[in-house]
Amino acid sequence: MTSMTGVPKQGFRLSQLIYDTRYRSLTIQVVVFMLFMLGAAWLVDNTIRNLQALGKDFNFGFLTYRSGYDIGQTLIPYTNDSSHARAALIGLLNTLLISSLGCIAATVIGVFVGVLRLSKNWLVARLMTVYVEVFRNVPVLLWILIILAIFTEVMPAPNAYRVTDQMLAEGVQPAATMVLFDTIAPTNRYTAIPSIGFSRSLGGFDTSFMPISFNFLAMVAALGLGIFFNRRVLATAKAVQEATGDRPVTWWKSILLLVGPLLAVMIALGFHLNLPALKGFNFAGGLNVTNAFVVLWLALSLYTGAFIAEIVRAGVLAISNGQTEAAFALGLRPGRTMNLVILPQALRVIIPPLISQFLNLTKNSSLAIAVGYMDLRGTLGGITLNQTGRELECILLMMLIYLAISLVISGVMNVYNNSVKLKER
Amino acid sequence: MKKSVFLGTLAAAGLTAGLAAASTLDDVKARGELNCGVNTGLVGFAAPDANGNWSGFDVAICKAVAAAVLGDASKVKYVPTSGQTRFTALASGEVDVLARNSTWTFSRDTDLKLDFVGVNYYDGQGFMVRKDLGVSSAKELEGATICIQTGTTTELNLADFFKSNNMNYQPIAIDSNAEGEQQYLAGACDAYTTDASGLAATRAAFADPENHIILPEIISKEPLGPAVRHGDNQWGDIVRWTLNALIAAEEYGVTSANLEELSKGTTNPEINRLLGTEGDLGAMTGLDKDWAKRAIAVSGNYGEIFAATIGESTPIGLARGLNGQWTQGGLLYSPPFR
Ligand SMILES: N[C@@H](CCC(=O)N[C@@H](CS)C(=O)NCC(=O)O)C(=O)O
Repeated sequence: MTSMTGVPKQGFRLSQLIYDTRYRSLTIQVVVFMLFMLGAAWLVDNTIRNLQALGKDFNFGFLTYRSGYDIGQTLIPYTNDSSHARAALIGLLNTLLISSLGCIAATVIGVFVGVLRLSKNWLVARLMTVYVEVFRNVPVLLWILIILAIFTEVMPAPNAYRVTDQMLAEGVQPAATMVLFDTIAPTNRYTAIPSIGFSRSLGGFDTSFMPISFNFLAMVAALGLGIFFNRRVLATAKAVQEATGDRPVTWWKSILLLVGPLLAVMIALGFHLNLPALKGFNFAGGLNVTNAFVVLWLALSLYTGAFIAEIVRAGVLAISNGQTEAAFALGLRPGRTMNLVILPQALRVIIPPLISQFLNLTKNSSLAIAVGYMDLRGTLGGITLNQTGRELECILLMMLIYLAISLVISGVMNVYNNSVKLKER
Repeated sequence: MKKSVFLGTLAAAGLTAGLAAASTLDDVKARGELNCGVNTGLVGFAAPDANGNWSGFDVAICKAVAAAVLGDASKVKYVPTSGQTRFTALASGEVDVLARNSTWTFSRDTDLKLDFVGVNYYDGQGFMVRKDLGVSSAKELEGATICIQTGTTTELNLADFFKSNNMNYQPIAIDSNAEGEQQYLAGACDAYTTDASGLAATRAAFADPENHIILPEIISKEPLGPAVRHGDNQWGDIVRWTLNALIAAEEYGVTSANLEELSKGTTNPEINRLLGTEGDLGAMTGLDKDWAKRAIAVSGNYGEIFAATIGESTPIGLARGLNGQWTQGGLLYSPPFR
């Protein structure tokens, strides 16, 4: 008897790299990686060589040059003497504004519609289905253009609000009148709304980003104080509830605490509304919210809201019916069952796809160019790119910024997701 | 899957890599077609008719170049470009010539690496408003909402004009002339501003042109001309001298009517050199003897093109003004054919 120690020992053969399952996946990975790097190197090389052939260099110096163009909506101070970098920042802020307001509105619409679509009321459920299908199945660009067309064709021009002496004498009414106690004037360019003003100013200081007034800081401080004390009240209420089982009434205290200090500061500063009034060609005095902004905001929220509605519906349906029955058995009413039992559990199904929708909305906001809303694509990727001829630099920078925004959104949402997901103990 | 996508991009990138390899003249000849960048539709300058045939003042340049180089004025592919895409289209090689109401400026000529080969229309920026607005001067536009096409010199001039006059305005950025027209007519802006020639052409397309006026102020110099990529001088020469041939033809009285007869030989040596009956100017730039004759044969000399597309007998109704021959008090002056 000889023992079977001598397993035939073979040297390593090259063919093993392909046929031996121990090495194959590694081989494939190495090859793909090499091809990828080769491709990347080739692309970079190609770009450099073509830039050279065109006699162009790669240089971000243009960002410091005077921009020379004006922008319709600027959240922070900007003139045509500002730099291209500043113009890009204005665009970025406009992008962030439209995306964040869009995400909020889309979520509200989505949750509302998603839940209502499950309603036992036949008509309501069908109406919601129609909304979802109509908005989900038509490209968002078309929605933007349709809503813009409605706004520009249906709304009156600013000078339709004009009242001349002659009209007064003849008792002729102007073609359009302001709504809501003469405070708001919708026009085919913008909606003129009142702006807030203060008759007393605490002064302020200037940062290179934006001027900050002490009035504003005082209001923020008052609000923060209110929130802080409100939390204390709620915590006490909770402690009482845990100890005795009875929850003290807190709502009036909360309202008082949240609104009181803010109101006091505002009154002290002489808060008042500046009403818009027609002056020359346009309304002045108040705040003109451009139609480009409203149209884009509406279209993006309605479109994305339809997707979110489906996500919410799926999330709710994913919770087993036993949960509802158990909640009913405990005597909870349907509304509270939804709020306290179903939605919190559904959230963990809803959040991950919701993140994608937020990202989609943010990226879709670059369709702003269709309505002339000056977002990042309109300033950095549009006028700056065109006036300076720095295509590569502008597009790269724009891609980086969008990437950063997306990463931040998904990062924040992931944190939230972790806080609501089922905690397994 | 991943790999095939990758190989696809590789192949696609490979196609564009050949960009600056050959000369534009060789490329155009090999392709048998001239790619000409025009605007997206501005009646009189470049607009397609119901059958997709392009015509207009800028289109005539494309046709003349195609006739000179390829011997056939119909061998042109018209590439509509917006104010934002035009220079990229030219720089990337998508078009060989850009004839699109483009203003010759310092930075475009140098930093953007274009070469403007000449001026085919001396223009300036103007404003159009509705008559019932009661405005008679651009200085009265304080606080007005103004539509401008983005990616143009227009938006920079506008900013300068309002700044130097200490006035405010609300800009509405639009992407094409068609969109500007629609916004302006819907009353979304009080005034529309662009090159005065463009305003005239836009107004001519309105249902009620008589209700709109073009304000007297011309706030800028807008020499419009065909542009080519910087660096290919031979191609630049060809486009430049094709334009000059059209201008010189008018100066010397060469028209589409007498072209055949004059090309049999005349007593004017300049005409003989232009039409190739004397010397061989064409060979100096890589073309044949008859190049200029063919270019002029397409739609006549500069004056004939002007009269047929944008002149006073057309709905656009532009007077020659600055665009007259130097002999008539205008600025058109072709260097000698010698
Ligand atoms: N000349 C100016 C403006 C050129 C421009 O955009 N012109 C308008 C109107 S004159 C145009 O051609 N629009 C046609 C289109 O939108 O395609 C420039 O070169 O920047």
